Amino acid sequence: MRKIIAVGTKELRQILRDKRTLLILLFIPAFFLLLYGYALNFDIRNVSLVVRDQDRSTKSRELVSAFVNSGYFNLVGYLDSDREIDRLINEGRVRTVLTIPSGLERRLALRQPVIVQVIIDGDNANTASVVMGYARALIGEYSAAQTGSRESGAGSPVQIAGTVPQISVEPRVWYNPQLRSTLFLVPGLIAYIAMITAVVSTALSVVREKERGTMEQVRMAPISPLPYIIGKTLPYLAISFVSALMIIFSAMLLFELPMRGSWWLLCGSIGLFLVGAQAQGLLISTIAQTQQVAFQVALLSSLLPTMILSGFIFPISSMPAVVQAITHIVPARYFIVALRSIVLKGTDITAFWQDLVALAIFATVALGLASVRLRREWS
Amino acid sequence: MRGLSRRFGSFVAVDDLSFSVKQGEIFGFLGANGAGKSTTIRMLCGLLRPSSGTALVGGIDVSRDPEGVKRRIGYMSQKFSLYEALTVDQNIRFFGGIYGLSQERLEARRSFVLDMSGLTGRGHTLTRELPGGWRQRLALGCAILHEPSIVFLDEPTGGVDPLSRRRFWDLIGELSRQGVTVLVTTHYLDEAEHCHRIAIIQAGKLAAMGTASELKQVFASRPILEVHAGKPVEAMDFLDHHEAVEKTSLFGTAVHAVLRSDAVQPDAIKRSLEAQGITVHSIGLVSPSLEDVFLDVVERVGAA
Repeated sequence: MRKIIAVGTKELRQILRDKRTLLILLFIPAFFLLLYGYALNFDIRNVSLVVRDQDRSTKSRELVSAFVNSGYFNLVGYLDSDREIDRLINEGRVRTVLTIPSGLERRLALRQPVIVQVIIDGDNANTASVVMGYARALIGEYSAAQTGSRESGAGSPVQIAGTVPQISVEPRVWYNPQLRSTLFLVPGLIAYIAMITAVVSTALSVVREKERGTMEQVRMAPISPLPYIIGKTLPYLAISFVSALMIIFSAMLLFELPMRGSWWLLCGSIGLFLVGAQAQGLLISTIAQTQQVAFQVALLSSLLPTMILSGFIFPISSMPAVVQAITHIVPARYFIVALRSIVLKGTDITAFWQDLVALAIFATVALGLASVRLRREWS
Repeated sequence: MRGLSRRFGSFVAVDDLSFSVKQGEIFGFLGANGAGKSTTIRMLCGLLRPSSGTALVGGIDVSRDPEGVKRRIGYMSQKFSLYEALTVDQNIRFFGGIYGLSQERLEARRSFVLDMSGLTGRGHTLTRELPGGWRQRLALGCAILHEPSIVFLDEPTGGVDPLSRRRFWDLIGELSRQGVTVLVTTHYLDEAEHCHRIAIIQAGKLAAMGTASELKQVFASRPILEVHAGKPVEAMDFLDHHEAVEKTSLFGTAVHAVLRSDAVQPDAIKRSLEAQGITVHSIGLVSPSLEDVFLDVVERVGAA
């Protein structure tokens, strides 16, 4: 026990002495949160829109204001001819063109179907499909309003080109009603940042001792690997833990992240996840001989899977079966599910205990492998 | 230590080494790089398991109880492995901690180490800011915090100025007088003169062992002639083919020639050199240094 404290104190002093590393460990996460929170936003707003209104009637103006008032579109101007459309889109000055044919008001009055054209710049498929969704919903709403006010059962009189809505969907989104992607991303960000700091800092701190030769000096002392490793990793566990909580607090402050579940469960999940991440870092430290190699392996093995294979950004359900199978060994996958459940939904442990078990299994296996390799290296 | 061997794959780093060291003795290991010195020390410290053979360190079998050995020994390597980002005090406390020293004992040992390394009052200095000699003495202090009866020093004086090396050897002598056994490897042959006994290791085998003067006995009937000549390389070339000369080696600007018998007259050699048009500044017999011994031993083992 005294030896663990001796190692832990030494490690902590080293970290404190190395102000740069400490700053990186504590503040880079918050910085990441700001960067990702504001920049990594899948909501699309302020889509530039020009209108080619050939009807110039009350009804057509109603449709335009429906677009503008939605908050998603930003009306840039009106067009008098079709000739300019190409140029505007090609120059990237406009993303969307709404063309209202003449006779809209007249045909609506006669309850005849009208076709409205929406042209969307498809250079970014993601954005285009989101904008398409907005446009469809707006026109659907508008057309429903028209028929509703006339109590007509004739279906939607105004249609977007090429689509005939047969079934009307009434979406209702729970837990994150505005569908703000930031809220959805924060749990993933915590996983992402905690993973990197825990894996990288643990791997580096052990390999640094190997490189400097202090490891050999310590091995000459009557101390077995276990207390040494516990003493060495505890300070990093504490720091990663603090930085994970800091991300949560700043997300609550900056992005109105709700914290609906229990803090105990939250801390428990974070702890479990961090222990697994540190075990992964230890495992890397037993393989790498230089800090450079350790850093690269640690970064690659923590950053890429957490970013791509955890459901942080890309939904797992839309991956090919093989890739889906691989995601089962990415701890962040389970951690994100647990975090989203706790933070956004406030569900109790029955909803995600399997994910915690998976995290525990990952931590145990990684610790086991790391200790086997360490023991071999130690003696 | 009996029949100690260590193999790395098919490479035999240490081959059937046997010797014993008395308590309080300063025992030196000499050998070229890769001769197996460090491997031997690491086995004796319980860091590497011997492939075969047994070694008793302080009466404890290294392969049976490496942890027991570690409690009784101190170890310091050429890197003086201290934590450079920590202060002198913090380093001492850390090593005291992992050796399991009690609080009071640590305090007493701390002031001893500070005193010994000449760092009293500088406990709060960062280790990386210390000059090499001080760091080296502090590393030795940290290695003997727990008052081990046996100390292993693996090339402890690498990269340190001559004055600090001198002071370091004074410390080693002090330890030995207190009854601590010191096993030290070095490749500074002048340092080896401080050792009570010396073992020369070549290719993992014990090539020679004894006190410095015992080792020098190999030159008892083969005097060494030191020649300072105008053209040392040509002089060496000529002497190599001289019938009275066994072999030659270059020592700085001087040539050392090992003569086949003590009957050879230096003046005769001088005359024959001058007959070749080589100016001879001085020529005379010298007593063998350890370097002569070392080169001779290594050559003979290499030829065998």
